[in-house]
Amino acid sequence: MAKSIDVSDVNIYYGDFLAVQGVNMSIRAGAVTAFIGPSGCGKSTFLRSLNRMHEVIPGARVEGKIVVDGQDLYGPGIDPVAVRRTVGMVFQRPNPFPTMSIYDNVLAGSRLNAKKIKKADADEIVERSLRGANLWQEVKDRLGKPGMGLSGGQQQRLCIARAIAVQPEILLMDEPCSALDPISTSAVEDLIHQLKDDYTIVIVTHNMQQAARVSDDTGFFNLKATGEPGHLVEFNPTKKMFANPDDPATEAYISGRFG
Amino acid sequence: MSVTTAPTGGISLQGNRLPRFAPYVVVVGAVALGALVTMLLGLSWVAAPVLAVIVVDIALPLWSRLVEGRRAAANRGVTCLVWTALGCTLVPLVWVLAEVVIKGAPGINAHLLTHDGTPYFDPKTLVTTAGGGAFHALVGTLMVTLCAVIISVPVGLMTAVYLVEYARGSWLARGVTLMVDVMTGIPSIVAGLFAVALFTLADPSLRMGIMGSVALSLLMIPTVVRSAEEMMRLVPNDLREAAYALGVPKWRTVLKVVLRTSLGGIITGVMLAVSRVIGETAPLLVAIGSIDETNWNPFSGRMETLPVFIMDNYTQGATTPDGYKWAWSGALLLIAIVMVLNLIARIIGKIFAPKTGR
Repeated sequence: MAKSIDVSDVNIYYGDFLAVQGVNMSIRAGAVTAFIGPSGCGKSTFLRSLNRMHEVIPGARVEGKIVVDGQDLYGPGIDPVAVRRTVGMVFQRPNPFPTMSIYDNVLAGSRLNAKKIKKADADEIVERSLRGANLWQEVKDRLGKPGMGLSGGQQQRLCIARAIAVQPEILLMDEPCSALDPISTSAVEDLIHQLKDDYTIVIVTHNMQQAARVSDDTGFFNLKATGEPGHLVEFNPTKKMFANPDDPATEAYISGRFG
Repeated sequence: MSVTTAPTGGISLQGNRLPRFAPYVVVVGAVALGALVTMLLGLSWVAAPVLAVIVVDIALPLWSRLVEGRRAAANRGVTCLVWTALGCTLVPLVWVLAEVVIKGAPGINAHLLTHDGTPYFDPKTLVTTAGGGAFHALVGTLMVTLCAVIISVPVGLMTAVYLVEYARGSWLARGVTLMVDVMTGIPSIVAGLFAVALFTLADPSLRMGIMGSVALSLLMIPTVVRSAEEMMRLVPNDLREAAYALGVPKWRTVLKVVLRTSLGGIITGVMLAVSRVIGETAPLLVAIGSIDETNWNPFSGRMETLPVFIMDNYTQGATTPDGYKWAWSGALLLIAIVMVLNLIARIIGKIFAPKTGR
């Protein structure tokens, strides 16, 4: 069920400002792809363009082709809402819906779309998603309690459960662990390992150890200079990237000599 | 209260302090002084508390200045002023409430609450008495206000949704915001005249309850728009993005996430608007007039409302024996309605508020 993403000649704008320039890459199906790079280099912007979340910001637009399953996401007649149902997203800060219980938060994708689900099916989706997000054991006795009452790490896993409950093909994660402590981070990383059997995962991270631990491929984004657009410097299997990168800038960044 | 000398080369963290009971001593002294001066000079009793407050505001900071130093004295002085301001705000409020309860409560009885203003004939005593009921006004106020809410909440909410979620700072949005601000300042009588002018285009003698509702909704809409706007802006963008990322269309996100999350605040805003208009007299007098019979139908004929009922009875107070009494009872009813509505709104707001507890 996982799908690959083919990106060619993508330019991303905020109004007139070109934020990311000329990205080409092939994201493999059923693998974890990590994006690393200094702050402001356009990793998150690029990630958000993969499920058309970028255009939610006024004036933002994308040029170029992003092809999933033979269809260009930015082609004519493509419904951004349908794209987002296929390409799910987990955000930097955990954002469970404050008005909903844990149970309803997991079902938010269908509840907000007013889909009728039988109680038994709903229970099954909730249990499957929460088990998938490694949260079931912790919350199974208090599914009716508000989602905001969980700890930060639990909230983030709840958001992952919510994202996988709608059964997307691809899961985007925008620095999912940056607000979490090491134990919660480790729980989320274990989860990423399990999830990649079913989903194509793309993760943005500032933590290079994390990229090395969880990903199969890595993309390094960088700015040419301050005020210039960000661009993809190198895209390679993670092992090669961290052992023997093609580009000297990548090596400098990974070894901590700049950035 | 003695000065402790710090060891040489060390730092002193100690300073002189007034005893903890100092403020109470000053207050008691000031009250006594105020009372004494008032009695000696034969002033009105109002002078006593005023004098006492002035004495406290001067004496306590002065004493503090002598013992504790400048910073502490400033602190005491400002504290005194804040308490004085609080008192100045509370006194009229409590006074009004007390006055209304004392003068209005004796008139509240089953007869007042169940009869309208039509004179009635008692078959036992064969006497016709003046109506003496406020039921018609109660019905009128509730119906007219309910209709005003039904008109202004959808209009106000949808305007707020447009401004917050869709406008993105367009010229239309700026125009709407400006108009809403201008509308806030419309004198209520003008709203009443407008409603009359609008409905009497065809028939100059037309009078019905809905005309009053239209006038009131003109006054309500700006408040509803403003408060709903503020509340919706408080909803974090994270939640909107979370919904979008789940493949939820924008209109459903607005309806089920943004409005749902801010519902508690929006209800409070609507209640504030209701409280603002429920006591309006002028537009109702102009638009729907006054009548003695109970009229449940806001689309036909005049209706009585509580503010107009109060005014009628007060102006006739000199001729009708119970006029003043009924006016005060009407005022008490009006305040009670506002309070009950506020309580209901608070309970509803509590139920729908985002849950954060563990």
